Amino acid sequence: MKETLIVTLQSQQIGEPARALTEPRWIRWALIVLALLFIGFFLFLPLAQVFTAALEKGAGYYFEAIREPAALSAIKLTLITAFFSVVFNSVFGLASAWAITKFRFPGKNLLITLIDLPFTVSPVVSGLIYVLLFGLQGLLGPWLREHDIHIIFALPGIVLATLFVTFPFVSRELIPLMQEQGSEEEEAAMVLGASGWQTFWRVTLPNIQWGLLYGVILCNARAMGEFGAVSVVSGHIRGLTNTLPLHVEILYNEYNFTAAFAVASLLTFLALLTLLAKALVGSKYAQERVVLPTTLESDLL
Amino acid sequence: MSIEVRNLCKHFNGFKAVQDVSAKLETGSLTALLGPSGSGKSTLLRMIAGLEIPDSGEIHLTGREATYASAKERNVGFVFQHYALFKHMTVFENIAFGLRVRKQSEKEITDRVYELLSLIQLKGYEKRYPAQLSGGQRQRVAVARALAPRPEVLLLDEPFGALDAKVREELREWILKLHEETNVTTLFVTHDQQEAMEVASRILIMNNGRIEQDGTPIEIFDKPATHFIAQFVGETNFIDTEVSEKGLAVWGQFRFSVNPALPVKQKIRIYFRPNDVYMTAQFETLQVRAKIAKTRFKGTIIEYKLDIGEDKYISAQIPKGVALASGFKDGQDVYAAITAFHVFPLES
Repeated sequence: MKETLIVTLQSQQIGEPARALTEPRWIRWALIVLALLFIGFFLFLPLAQVFTAALEKGAGYYFEAIREPAALSAIKLTLITAFFSVVFNSVFGLASAWAITKFRFPGKNLLITLIDLPFTVSPVVSGLIYVLLFGLQGLLGPWLREHDIHIIFALPGIVLATLFVTFPFVSRELIPLMQEQGSEEEEAAMVLGASGWQTFWRVTLPNIQWGLLYGVILCNARAMGEFGAVSVVSGHIRGLTNTLPLHVEILYNEYNFTAAFAVASLLTFLALLTLLAKALVGSKYAQERVVLPTTLESDLL
Repeated sequence: MSIEVRNLCKHFNGFKAVQDVSAKLETGSLTALLGPSGSGKSTLLRMIAGLEIPDSGEIHLTGREATYASAKERNVGFVFQHYALFKHMTVFENIAFGLRVRKQSEKEITDRVYELLSLIQLKGYEKRYPAQLSGGQRQRVAVARALAPRPEVLLLDEPFGALDAKVREELREWILKLHEETNVTTLFVTHDQQEAMEVASRILIMNNGRIEQDGTPIEIFDKPATHFIAQFVGETNFIDTEVSEKGLAVWGQFRFSVNPALPVKQKIRIYFRPNDVYMTAQFETLQVRAKIAKTRFKGTIIEYKLDIGEDKYISAQIPKGVALASGFKDGQDVYAAITAFHVFPLES
C-alpha cells in the first residue's frame, strides 16, 4: 500500500502535472507554439541571418574580410581590452566582495551603490566622463598634452571606458555567494594558524572559484561587445583604435554589408562560446551553492 | 595551559555583550560556559580564541598576555557550532589543514591525521567530503581538526547544538572520554544545563554579559548565587512573600526561617526545588496539609501539583518507584514539607 502510494506520487512528479494545476490541451499547445515562434523570430532568425549574410559572397570573401589588416587589428585591440578588463575587474571584484561580505565598516552601503553605478549610467555617458576628464578640453587634458600622454583616442582610453562599464560583473556575482557562505570557514582557518594569504588561497578561493569564473565570463563577454562607451573615446581610427564592434559599424556604414556581417559573425561566435561556457560553469556553480544542510541562524553573542 | 581573563568588556553597536568578566581556568580543566542565548557566552569564547577583539580587559594564556595576539599566535583549537568544515576538502585534508599551514612534513601530517582518525573512530572515512557525513561525524571531524596542531586550549562553541538528542548524548560521553585521554584545557559553551552538569567539572553561568556564578555543578544546583541562577538552573518553585517578623516569613501554611538581618516587611522571593518537597500520605512531622490537584508523569519521576489552600499551589517531584508504592492519586489528601529553599530579597 505504502509502495503503491510512493509510485503514484513519483509518476505524478515526473509525468503529467496534477490535473487541477493544468490548462486544457489546446491552450497548452497554443502557448508552446507562441513561445517557439517568438524565440524563432527574435533569436534564431537574426542569428541565422548573421551567418547567411556573412557567407553571401562565399567562404573566400568571408575569410578575406576577417583577415584584412584593419579587422586583425580590431581583433587584437578587442582581445587586449578584454584581457585588461578581466584582470582588473577580477582583482577589484574579489577585493570589494571580500571587504563587503567579511567586514563591517562605515560607508559599506555607499560602496555597494557605487559598484552598481556603471549599470545605471548609459554607456555613452561612461565614455563621455573620460573625454571630459582626459580630453584636450578636459580637466587633465592640458597637463597630459604637455607630458605627451595619450589617453583619449588611444588604447588607455578604450581600456578605461571598458573597465568602467564592466566594473560590477565580478563583484555583483561574488557578493551574494560570499554572503551566503559566511566567514566561519575563514575563521576556522585563522584559528588553525593560517595566514591571511593561506586562508584566501586554500579556503576562500576554492569556495568561490565557480562563481568567480562565472563573473569573469560575463565580464569578458561585455568587454568584447562594448560599443557605446568605447565609441565615444576611441576616435574610430581604422587599424588603430577600432575594436570589433566599432569595426562592424564602420563596415556597415560603408555599405560593405558582407564584410560587416563576417566580422559580426566573430562576435556571434564569441557569444555562443560564452553561452556554452556559462552553461558548463553554471552547472558546477549550482552544485557548489548546495551548501551543507545546517541551520542558518547562528548565535553570535 | 591555563586561561585567565581579567575585566573583559565587549560591545556591539551599543549592545553590551560582555561586561567586566574575570575568570581563571586551570590547566587540564573541563569547564562549561552556560547561559541563555544572548548572554555573551559565545562572544567571550570568541575573544579567547582571537576571533573578536575586546574593548578593554586582558586575556592571559599560560600566564602570557594574549589580549591582542592574532588567532594564529594563540595555539587554540576552536570547534564551531555548525562545524565550519572546509567543504571542498576531504576529511583527511580538513584534519591536516592546521598542520599544512604550519609546513609540517608529509610523514608527520599523515601520521597525525591517522592517529586522530582512530581517536574519533572515523578510520576509513578519510576520502569522504563533509557533505557525505552525518551531523555527529562532521562534529567529530571538526574536533579532530581542532586537535590536530596540538592546541593547548580547546574551545567549543555549542558543539552539539545542531544535533539530535540521541547523538548529543553519545558525543557528550565521547567528549568526556576524549578529555580524559588528551587532558587539553577545555572550555565549552552551551545553553543546555543538563549538558553542562553532566560534562563539566566546573560551570560558569553567564547572564546579560556577566558571570553570575562560578562553581561545581553541585554548588550551582544547591547554592544558587543569584535570582537568575535559582530560576535558570533546574526546575524550581518560586513564591513571593515578605518577612513577617524577625527571621520568619510566612506563605500560606508554610513558615520559612529567613536571615534575621532582613528587615520586617522586606519583600522576598523564595525558591525551592520540586524534589525538595517532602510528601507523604500520613502526617509525619512539621508538614502541612495539601491536596493533589494534578499528576504529571515525567519518565523516571512523577510531578504533583499540590493545592495547599488559599488558592496557592506548589509542585513536588517524587521518584516513580516511591510514588507508585505510595499509590498517590488526584484529589488525595497528603502532607508536605519544604526541606530546602533559598531566599532572595526583591527590590521594592
